[in-house]
Parts: sequence; structure tokens; C-alpha cells
Amino acid sequence: MPLTPVITAHWDDPHSYTLDSYRRHGGYTALAQALKTDPDEVIATVKESGLRGRGGAGFPTGLKWSFVPQNDGRPHYLVVNGDESEPGACKDIPIMLANPHALIEGIVITCWAIRASHAFIYIRGEVPMPIRRMQKSVAEARAAGYLGKNILGSGLDLEIVVHGGAGAYICGEETALLDSLEGRRGQPRLKPPFPAVAGLYASPTVVNNVETISSVPYIIKNGVSWYREMGTEKSPGFKVWAVSGHVTRPGIYEAPLGITMGELLDYAGGIRDGRDVKFWLPGGSSVPMLTADHLDTPMTYEAIVDAGSMLGTGTPMLFDETTSVVKAITRWLEFYRHESCGKCTPCREGTYWITGTLEKFQEGRGSQDEIEDLVEICNQIMGRSFCALGDAAATPYAPSLALFRSEWEAALTQPADEAFDPAATMIIPSMSGVGA
Amino acid sequence: MPLTDQTAAECRDLAARYPDGRSALLPMLHVVQSEEGMINSAAIEMCADVLGLTTAEVTAVATFYTMYRQKSPGGTHHIGVCTNTLCGLLGGDAVFAALSERLDVGSGETTPDGKFTLERIECQAACTHAPVMTVDWEYFDCTTIADAIRTIEALAADEMVVATRGPAVRGWRATERTVAGIDDGLADEARCVDAIMLAGLEVAKEKGMTAPDPGKGA
Amino acid sequence: MTATSNDKDTAQAAAEVEMVTGVIDGHEVTVPKGTVIIRAAELTGVDIPRFCAPPLLDPVAACRACLIEVEGMPKPQPSCAVELGDGMVVHTQLTSEVAAKAQAGVMEFLLINHPLDCPVCDKGGECPLQNQAMTTGNPETRYTLQKLTFPKPINISTEILLDRERCVMCQRCTRFADEIAGDPFIELVQRGAHQQIGIGEEPFDSYFSGNTIQICPVGALTSADYRFRARPFDLVSVPTTCEHCASGCSLRTDYRHDAVMRRQAWDDPEVNEEWNCDKGRFAFPYLSLDRLSGPLVREDGELRPASWPEALRLAADGLGRARGRAAVLTGGRLTMEDAYAYARFARTALATDNIDMRARAIGPDEAGFLASQVAGTCGPTYAQLAAAPAVLLVAFEPEEESPIVFLRLRKAVRQHGQQVVTVAPYPSHGSTKLSATLVPAVPGAEAHSLAALPADVRDLLQQPGSVILVGERAATAPGALRAAADLADQTGAHLGWIPRRAGERGAVDTGCLPGLLPGGRPLTDPAARREVASAWGVAADDLPTSAGLDLPAVVAAIAADVATRRSAAEQGDEAPANTIDALLVAGVEASDVPHSDALLRALQDVPFLVSLETRPSEVTDFADVVLPVSVVTEKEGTFVDWEGRRRPFARSFPLATTFPDAEVLALLADYLDLDAAPRDVPALRAEIDSLGAWGGERPWPGAAGATDTPNPGPGEAVLASWRLLLDRGIMQEGEPYLAGTRQPSVARVSAATAAGVGVPDGERLSVSTDHGTIALPVEITEMPDGIVWLPMNSPESRVTTTLRATPGDTVRLGRE
Repeated sequence: MPLTPVITAHWDDPHSYTLDSYRRHGGYTALAQALKTDPDEVIATVKESGLRGRGGAGFPTGLKWSFVPQNDGRPHYLVVNGDESEPGACKDIPIMLANPHALIEGIVITCWAIRASHAFIYIRGEVPMPIRRMQKSVAEARAAGYLGKNILGSGLDLEIVVHGGAGAYICGEETALLDSLEGRRGQPRLKPPFPAVAGLYASPTVVNNVETISSVPYIIKNGVSWYREMGTEKSPGFKVWAVSGHVTRPGIYEAPLGITMGELLDYAGGIRDGRDVKFWLPGGSSVPMLTADHLDTPMTYEAIVDAGSMLGTGTPMLFDETTSVVKAITRWLEFYRHESCGKCTPCREGTYWITGTLEKFQEGRGSQDEIEDLVEICNQIMGRSFCALGDAAATPYAPSLALFRSEWEAALTQPADEAFDPAATMIIPSMSGVGA
Repeated sequence: MPLTDQTAAECRDLAARYPDGRSALLPMLHVVQSEEGMINSAAIEMCADVLGLTTAEVTAVATFYTMYRQKSPGGTHHIGVCTNTLCGLLGGDAVFAALSERLDVGSGETTPDGKFTLERIECQAACTHAPVMTVDWEYFDCTTIADAIRTIEALAADEMVVATRGPAVRGWRATERTVAGIDDGLADEARCVDAIMLAGLEVAKEKGMTAPDPGKGA
Repeated sequence: MTATSNDKDTAQAAAEVEMVTGVIDGHEVTVPKGTVIIRAAELTGVDIPRFCAPPLLDPVAACRACLIEVEGMPKPQPSCAVELGDGMVVHTQLTSEVAAKAQAGVMEFLLINHPLDCPVCDKGGECPLQNQAMTTGNPETRYTLQKLTFPKPINISTEILLDRERCVMCQRCTRFADEIAGDPFIELVQRGAHQQIGIGEEPFDSYFSGNTIQICPVGALTSADYRFRARPFDLVSVPTTCEHCASGCSLRTDYRHDAVMRRQAWDDPEVNEEWNCDKGRFAFPYLSLDRLSGPLVREDGELRPASWPEALRLAADGLGRARGRAAVLTGGRLTMEDAYAYARFARTALATDNIDMRARAIGPDEAGFLASQVAGTCGPTYAQLAAAPAVLLVAFEPEEESPIVFLRLRKAVRQHGQQVVTVAPYPSHGSTKLSATLVPAVPGAEAHSLAALPADVRDLLQQPGSVILVGERAATAPGALRAAADLADQTGAHLGWIPRRAGERGAVDTGCLPGLLPGGRPLTDPAARREVASAWGVAADDLPTSAGLDLPAVVAAIAADVATRRSAAEQGDEAPANTIDALLVAGVEASDVPHSDALLRALQDVPFLVSLETRPSEVTDFADVVLPVSVVTEKEGTFVDWEGRRRPFARSFPLATTFPDAEVLALLADYLDLDAAPRDVPALRAEIDSLGAWGGERPWPGAAGATDTPNPGPGEAVLASWRLLLDRGIMQEGEPYLAGTRQPSVARVSAATAAGVGVPDGERLSVSTDHGTIALPVEITEMPDGIVWLPMNSPESRVTTTLRATPGDTVRLGRE
């Protein structure tokens, strides 16, 4: 399957991030078009396109918009989720750095559709560059009349606030993000009510991922049938894939949904030094690992589920055979333990327990009972925690045991660093190399 | 450094950006942290005062997010090394160990001269650029041990150090203001689009691949 | 449980409330739509484990202990948050392996970081975690790693201690503080496994903080007072009624041997729900403080112990001699039955109508208002208050003066947007928490504010079900009570009167006011007198026929008697008869009365003084005979709350050897050779009930007109003041931990008023009268210029005794 640069098509323009460059490449024409269209028709178009949320859950975007009650007299809000923090996910920040106006144009179109006059871009706090770039771009767009009062004579008033977070993975969960944006601890909210009914400031709110909203102008501009020429029936369209790990040329590859990992890997020059892939994760650390057996699986929401994993953020991480599964899984669990918000018991206590136990295995001090107990403890979290973070934390261990049981059994006595030379896993020289 | 009326005014300005002022609490905490070097009692009291919250409500928020320092002021420069699985295994662990040895501090600690605070950080959304280091939260992509040591030494010598995808670093406290949403005028300082972000586009161009022609359909 | 079509009321209710029917563990259950599964299950007798889900807090579904299986849903669901749907089939742990496993898993998680220190934990024996670990947990733990530890308990206020190791993060305490009390001084801090309950820069000084201890499902929150003092299974629990204010809280008093160990809120959905205030919870050490152990009589100017017969003989003789020229001051803290006994004793044994239960500032309109609008009536009720679309507060600070009324208003504001309007000098912290609209009022001139009430406020009150609440302080504002009653008439709003003390309403109902007989009967009405005389077994002609003297008039009369005696002595004439020859005083603290100096002089000057008291006081200091009486734990009785609802309570200590006031009065009657009066509570209640409420006319003789708004000159201000819930009240004595949570005393003035006397914010402002000066740090407050607010009875601010002033008086301001 060929690559299909859309969002990334003009990134090689040295000033791709400027309004000028964006307009030269057809930017903001979709907006003019959308503002002449009835908002409900815009929603219908996005629905028909089949665009699915790119934040990980893959919820149909148009459907999400259609849940916003109309003529309810309350303000509506659009909140763009730029809290990209999932290990492995690294596609939203590049979009904001290289093509911020696609996001802004998408925001204006979305706000027209859902009748919002206030939008927020919530960007994780640990990355200042996209914050300043989005702010500058918002100012540019405002000066050009794409934001502010009566945009392009449409009657739409819209302000965008670029908001920096402060370090909490959980804020990628949409209701935690809303609490965080309200100046609270970013802990997920009880649903119902769903954000479309009572979101930000208890008003109807749409929360969409950066990539999702950035895709909207291209769909509006080029039409549903163009969009559906790419991808599959259930997973239509293009996708910004960020391929990382032990690959020769890690990077951003834009291609339709349905491309296989094998194809993407080929474009990325294969595994480094001609080695073999040991395991890979299609979309972040929260999805079960796959192996070389799945390199031919189409990267669609449905096919990846059938293969036993999830598409997630569509940002595959690949690891070669130098990698210790025990160490990789332990490190991810340390992440979940660190990022568990503390609200619900299974995730708070479970990540603490599992991680402590995994750390013993990593040091070569595991026990046979614990190998099985860990499966059960993960099952005590899975489907029982308040939000998906607990499920994510409960995900990695069991597939790794199924695929690499011998490594876990070795870890009863052998530290991971003895089983796998850390230097071999590295892609950089293991010594400083600076003349002593 | 005592918090001034000017800081309070900045906090109020931030609050005015939002339909509900409390939304500005995270940005405000960044601003007061840039003044105090940490979230101390004065910082909490100022935020509580501006927003009409109890100090418990502010403390609840300030202790939830990892960017706010609770125990001691941060150094001039914040050095972050991603040690999540991918970056860590691909080299971040070694980079961290080298820096820790070079600076003689552990994660979260500040060198005695107050120059550097070293921290193991979580995934920075730059896995394609592994191993990732940050200085004052600006990206130092695809770092090596040698690069990292060189960067530290240049900073120690007060030389200008430019991020790979970002501007020349200015100190951690300055970045805190940027994150708060206060314009630093540096948005165009760096292109921030590098070969890794263009990898797919280059292959596509090389192979003559494009998205479908919109004119052709329907 | 289902509605039948021929039951009109039920059918009507069903029409209003949509019902749903689901199946829980095979049993069909019909509940109002919106009922969460955990509550529906309770109705079928199924108890699902839970930590974060007490009924009166919003669901959070955080602890996950209550996971159950719902057919058609892929994952176990939190039964505390999922509503029972029509046709829903639910399986709890009793019928579902999935649910049982999910619950056991959560229990295992909850215990991995719990210290399991039950043997030394205050909660042990009444601990939901302990109980549910037994029903739901595994006998052995699989957890072998290090437990998280925290330094053992830390004070989050002087009263409340927090043991973070025991906490299971259910957030009941933080949610209570935020949702119910509106005092988010405790919050979740940190995150993940390190998440804990914490405070900010200020302590957890909420008036309702003690509730968090009670609702904590583990031993994480304990009180400084009770910590390590008893085990629950060694305590005897008695349902009681709080004696601290007119809110009428049901309490559970736990005692061991003959000492109260603790008091907790008792669940009473119609009154205090599951809450009470910290005063009611913690302020009980006074009960055993400094008690009078036996009667005292004065001999050669000194009080000495005496036997009961001797003391009763002396008291009866003295009072008997003063028949027709005596007065009775009962204070506002008596039970209804005791108050009734005084009302009866005054009119029969002492043949006087000089009786007043008010030991506080009073006004000319009040007696008429109470007689015509309050005595013997019932309502508005808490339920009406909760349902009211709008509530107007007049000279009433609910959080300070009747905290459970405050909680009910806050609930209504939060749940259905009730609009609260307050006629007050400034928006207090409590008003702010009610999002109340302020109608500014100069103290003493509230009648003007009511007369000039904005049209939109009147419109609010015209909504059916609205309520006007007047505080007892309204009495001191001439015309305010009449204006409030008129407003109620005009708008159709319910009118409620809220006194501060627990015994005032009962005393009004039983006739402890001049001119007012029990049940709201006007003394001047012959028919009313006949009813009472018949119940009391006396001739109607024997009852006083004209209204007696109120407290200030009694004090004035005694002073006049002294002057008359002195001038007669100077003239060498024979002194004419005194107006007041004897005083019978019960539970009056002199400093509660404005111009307490005059009262003290009267106590000193009255020829004969009998004091029924629990402990030495300024009254016993002057008494000729002191007769010790029971405190609330030693007797049964009834407090009548502000609604007019009777709140009966039993004796906590069955073996108490003290006498209640009514019994002492009956003994005195015996010594006076009078016909037997009812002396025990059942007999007193029976007589009160047989009398019932007055069905005839209740005239309200002309009320005073509103006085002019005072116009303070430069350097002067009008005094505003009320009592804070926690102050130097004598019933709070002996509890230093509670005292530590008091608000700091400040003086409040507007910025302009502060500037006028050159006192910057935070500096000390002095407030003076000719009698004295109170100096407090000033807190600049949004309020009208020319008003200064002081706490009325706080340690550093005793308005009645230091300034001898009442709200509405003009005082001088200055820089200390």
C-alpha cells in the first residue's frame, strides 16, 4: 500500500508551519466552504466520512459531534486533546509543530458544526515548543480573520485558548482532561453524564484528538468519497503513523489505514542492522504486544483487534531480539504506577503491587507462584478500574507471558541485564566516546 | 524571592483568559513556580487568593502534577532524560547514568551549585527521536552520551545551547512562563521539522506516492 | 411495594415519580427511577460491600468494592453509581461468581497497603473495612512486598487526627467537606499509591469536621478527644437530642460507666439527616465539669452545704412569702417538660405571671410575635425548607446560629438551585456558601430593609413554598418581626422563627413568657385561662389575669424596689411592699443578658433568690438557696426544635441520682403544701398534650414602629454582632481541642470605614463604648460604611459584658 501524505504533504516547505505556507497549499479553503454549509450538514459529512478518533479509542468523530444537544441555550465547547503522553505516541506534537494551521482550521470548522464559540487546545506541559507554536499560529489566524468575531462573515465568533498542562498522563483521558482544564486534579469523571452533555463547566463539550481535528479540513475540502478511497469500510482514510524503535529510519509515515506493519517497516528501512523484530506494539504501551507473525495484519481498528491487540494511537513501536521482555514490561508498569491517578482502588493498588513484583523479576528474584499470580492480579484490575488506565496497566504482562514465558521463568534467578546485554539493545554508543 | 503584585497581576490576567478563572490554576502555578523555583506556601497562598480557593484546593492540584516541584527549588537548568521503555532501553538509561555520574546527583536532585536539576522523565512524545533528552523541557532529540555530556558542559560554561527542535535554552524558570502561556516570542526561532518528521514524505516523493487526486473521485 | 390503582395517594405519587422494576439476585424490585443498584439491593435485603458510597454523598464509584454483574454489560459495574433500569437483571456477589471475584479482588487490593492494626485502632469493632474484610476478603494475603508507610497520625486540626496508613481513599471526608459543609479544607493530595488526604496552609477548621470521623469507613480519622479512650464494644449507646441549639439533632451518646465517651450524629432523615455540628459532637465535657454535688444555703453571707430537706424548706418558705411578688427566669436551655413545670409553678405556686425564658437581648415586639405566630404552632419544617424555591433570612446566620438549618439550605442550593436572600450587614462566609443574595441592612434597622425589599426578591418569595426565616436577633430591631410577618402574609411565604438555644421553642410553647400560657394561650383571654386552670386543677380566678414582667422589667422593678426602700429609709418611712420579693432562676448565665451589670445587681438586691443550677455560676454566687439539678444526660425530656417538632430523649445514665428541674419544683410544691403537680416526664407530657394548642384568637397587640436608621458620626459606627457557633459559651468548656478550631476573632468594617479611622487591614481596631473597649485585628469586608461587626461572645470579644452594647447601638472606633 502506498504512502499518502495529506497532513504531512507540505512539511518539507521550510516554513510549513506558517499561515502563508499553509494557505499556499490550499489551507483555509475548507473553512470558507464549511462556513457556507449548514452546521448539521458538516456533521453529516464527517459522519459519512467515517473519520474515527485518533486518540486511541477510535470512536466515530461525526457521531460524537452529533451527541451535542442543539438549541439548549448553553455554551458549547471544543477541547482539543494535545496531551500526547502515551509511551510510543509521537504524532500529535509533530502535527502541531509542522502544520498548526490544519489544526486551527479543523477547530474552526468543528466549532461551526457543534455551535461552539470557545475552543481550548490542551497541550501537555512538558513540551513548550508546540505550546508557543500553537499560540503564535492562533494569533496569526486571528489576525487573518479566521478567528475572532464573525469569522469570514459567517456569524461565527470563536476564541481559542492554548492551555499548557503540568505533567499527568491521565489527562489524556477526556474527562480527566476536562477536570484538569477546570483547574482541578486530573482525575476521570463518572460517566454519565458524558462530555457531550455535561463537559467543560458542565456544558456540552466535544473532546477530540489533535490528529482527528487536523484531518477535518482535508475531508471537508476533498470530500467523503476521496477520503473513503483510502482505508477500509470500517477504518477509512489516512493516518499519521509514527514508527519508532529498532527500525532503520524511525519517523512519521502517512498512509491509509489498512497498511500493514510490514509495509510500514519496509518504508522505514526494516529493523536496524538487518535484525528481526521480536515484538511490536501497534499503538502505544497500552495495547497488547504482537510479533513478527502479525506484520502482515492490516493496520485497521478491526483487524488489529482480531489479531489480539488494538490500534491505539497508531504509533507502532518495534523492538528487536536484543530486547528483554521482562525489562520492557517492568518499565512500562513503572510508568503506569507513576501515572495512576489514585482515584480507584484496582489501578492505584494494583499498579503498585504488580510493578513491585515485576521489579523483583527484573532483578532475577521472581517466584514461580508469582508468575501465575500476576496474571490473576492483572485480571483483578482489568475491567474493574474506573478508567482505561487501569486496563492499560493490566494489559502488557499476560501477552508477554504467553509469548515469552521462558524469559519470565529465567527471571526467577537471572537479572534481565544479565539475560540481555543492555548495550546491545541501545542504538547509541554505550560509552561517552568523548575523549577522556 | 517574595511574590510581587506583578506576579499576582499576571495570574489575574491568566484567569481572565478563561470563562471560569479557576481554569488558569495550572498556568498560574507555572508562573508562581517560575518566581519561587518551586510550589511553596507563598505560591499556594497567592493562587488561592487570586482564585478565591482554599489553600487545600490549590495544594490538591499542585501535588498532582509532576512538573510542580514540592520539596526544593529547581536548578537553573532542568535536565530531563526519558527513561520510559523505548528511550530508556535504546540509550536513555545510559545517558541518564552518565549524567548522574557527571553531575553527581540522582533523579529529582539539584547540583550543589544550583545549576542543574536532573530528572528521569516519562515519555516525551518523541519516540521517533529516541533517546530523548530535554533541557528546560526543550527537545534534545536522538541524544548520545557524548552529546548529553557536551550539552551539560556548554551549559556549565554558560555557552549558548540550542535545542534540536526548539530555541536556545534560557533556563528552566523562563520555560515555566512559556508553558503558562505567556508569549516568549520564540515561536519562529526554530523550524522544528526535521528529517525524522519528513521520513515518510521523502520516501513518498522518492517513490512518487501521493494521496488520491481529489479531482478524480466522484 | 407496587402501586395499586385504587389507592389514590399512591397512584398520584406513582404518577409523579416514575418507577422502574428490575431483578436483583432473582428478586423483583420496584424503585423510583434514578435509584442506584446498591440502594435497590438494600431494599431486597442484599448488602453489597462499599466504602465510597454513603447515601448522602454524590456517587464517585472510586473504591470499586461494590462491583456487581449486570446482564448484558461486559464488565462488572459499580452498583453505587449505576441506576437500576427497567428490566435490568442484576447479580450481586450472592449469585455471581464474577461479582464475588471482583469484590474479593478489590478487598485484597485495599488491604495491601493497610497496616492491619485493628487491635490498637479506635475503629476496631465498628469498622466497615474490618467487617467487609471478614465477609469479602481472603483469609491470607498474597502480598509480600513492603507496605507504604506514613508518619502516624498528624493533626489536620486541633480536633481531628489523620492516620494516612489506614486510609482507603474513599474520599468520603473530602467529599463531605466539599459537598455538604462547603469547607474544602481537606483534599486529596499527591497521586497514585502515594495519594493521601491532606490540608493546605490552613487547618481543617470546619464547623462540621467531626462528621468526617463518623463517616470514615476505616480508622483514618480520629478525634483528639476520643482517641484511644474506649473500644466501641465497651460503650453503651443511647439515642439523645442535642442540647446546644434549636436545630434539634438526633444524637447517639456513647457512655462507659458514668462518663460520656463520645457523641455522634444519629440518622434522622427528617431533621439532621446523618450530620451534626462539631459543637453538638464534641462539646459535652461541660456536663461533668464542676458540678454542684448537693444543695447549698446561705448562712451568715456564705453558702454552705445543706441537706435537701433543709434547703427545700428554706426555699419554699422564701418563695411562699413572696407569693404574688416573685419572678421566674428560666433561661433558654430547659427541656419542654421542665419549662412547663416552671410555667405552671410560677402561675400556681408563686401566683405570678412574671416569667421570662429569654436570657438574651429582647425587643418590644417579640413577646407578641411569639405569642401570635410561634407558640404552639408547627412548621415550616426542614422538608419545606429543603423544597423551598427561595428562602429569605432575616437577622439570622444559619451556619453560626443553627448549623443543621444551614446544611439543609446548602443542600437545597446545591441540588435544586434554591435562591437564598439574606437581610444582613454583610455577606458572611456562611451566606457565601449558600450563594446568597445580600439585602444590606443596618443592624437595628432591618425593618427598613424589609420595607424596601427589591421587587425581584418579593417575586422570589411569591413562588409557592418559599420560606422566610427570622432569627431571634430580629427581636432587637424594632418593627422587624412585624415586617417579616407582614411580608409572609403578602407573599404567601411560610414564616419560621429560629432561636439559638435548644430550650427556647419549648419554653415558648409551654408558656415561659409573660402573658403567654401553655399552647399559645393568651393570659388575658378568659377562655384560655379557664382551659389552663382546669388542667392545673386550680380555680381560673387564681391565675394571674394581667401580663407579668419580662426580664428587663423584673430587673428594673428590683432596682426600683431598692430605690424605694432606700428613700423610705432616708425619709424614715415604712417601706412599701416590694414589687419583686423573690427570684427563682434556672440556667441563666448573667453575661448572656445585655446590661448584665444590672441583672447582677438585681440578683444581689432581690430579697430572696433561689437558683436551680448544675454548676456554680454568677447566679448561685448571690443565691440564698441553691438546688442542684440534672444535666441532659441524667434526665429524660424533650427539646422542641425550631420547626416546633418535639425531639424527645431518654436518660443516658439510668443510675443518675440528680433531680431534673421539674422534680425539684414538685418537691418545692410539696413543701408549699400545694396540690401535687405532675413531677415525672410522662405525667408532664400527658398534661401538656391534654392541654394541646390554643384554638382561639391570638391577638398581636400593636408592634413598635421601625426606628430611624442610626446615623453614626465621624469615628463612630453602628454595632453589628452575633454569636459564632464556637465561642466562649459555657457549654463548650472543657474541650480545648474543639476550642482550637474556633475562628480567629476579627472586627469587620468596610475599607472606607477603616480608612476613616486610619486602621489598615490586619491592624487592630478598637471599638469602644463608655463602658469598655474591644480591640481586634480588622478584616476589611465588603459591607456598608459606618458599620462595625464584632463576634458577640468570643474570648477576645465579649460584647455584652465589655461594651454592654447590643447590635444597633452606636460605638466609637479607633486605632489601638
